[in-house]
Amino acid sequence: MIHTLAFYLFATLVIASGTFTILSRNPVHSVLWLIMAFFNAAGLMVLLGAEFIAMLLVIVYVGAVAVLFLFVVMMLDIDFAELRAGFIKNFPLGMLLAVVLLVELVVGVGVYRAGALQLGVADGAAASPMGLSNTEAIGALLYSRYLFLFEAAGIILLVAMIGAIVLTHRTRKDVRGQNISHQNQRRPEEATRNVKPEVGKGVQL
Amino acid sequence: MIGIEHYIGVSSILFVLGVLGIFLNRKNVIVILMAIELILLAVNINLVAFSAFLHDLTGQIFAMFVLTVAAGEAAVGLAILVIYFRRRGTIAVDDVNRMKG
Repeated sequence: MIHTLAFYLFATLVIASGTFTILSRNPVHSVLWLIMAFFNAAGLMVLLGAEFIAMLLVIVYVGAVAVLFLFVVMMLDIDFAELRAGFIKNFPLGMLLAVVLLVELVVGVGVYRAGALQLGVADGAAASPMGLSNTEAIGALLYSRYLFLFEAAGIILLVAMIGAIVLTHRTRKDVRGQNISHQNQRRPEEATRNVKPEVGKGVQL
Repeated sequence: MIGIEHYIGVSSILFVLGVLGIFLNRKNVIVILMAIELILLAVNINLVAFSAFLHDLTGQIFAMFVLTVAAGEAAVGLAILVIYFRRRGTIAVDDVNRMKG
């Protein structure tokens, strides 16, 4: 009973948040609705018994991706009203496409319910071991069977990080940075000058 | 009782919302990126639902990799967005034609 109630709560909220994400006028509100959608999707995953993925969703999406979006939205000085110019024009076509896509997906589920489609049966190679929590089971699988894929994921993240840094890095001409080797090479003889100004006269620099 | 169809229904609706978001906000690339995140979230819900109902952890492992790719994609996408804004002063992507592709 409480499970059903929780499912419908999370499902309604995740769909409502998704709707507001794509419809809200202000992108900052969009990001906040997106965060709401991620939280509720994490709730759905907890209901499914996938706690690790749920917590990962909160940490990675809410903690990193959504905050990255928030930073970028707030740092760029953009006239968002102008960007919504084609919204009304695209609405009928977009709705048509969305309805067609949804009907197709629903037909797929209907075909499954009618019995024309059999779900694949798991071969048991990645079955959750008895007595292990979800996180332990995923860890045991990730560091044995999927070790190379795990390493590949790390490389993907490394490449993404280097790519993002290379793309956004720029050497600015108008900033005077510190040149340490130049500083170390300077000697007192060439840096200072001994002068004896007469009384009342200034020093020519 | 909540069956797998319910979860597939939620993820289908979320997926369609993401596609609709790309269509409606064709100019605003930030919202397009957010819509792509919604699509990937729908895929993740689907993978985890199947993983739970088939008692097989592969789906959850795969959801983790989807998460990895989504994070990388968001980082690189936003980096491209920032340098595009720096050069052009706008992020309207419907008239991006410098590469004549």
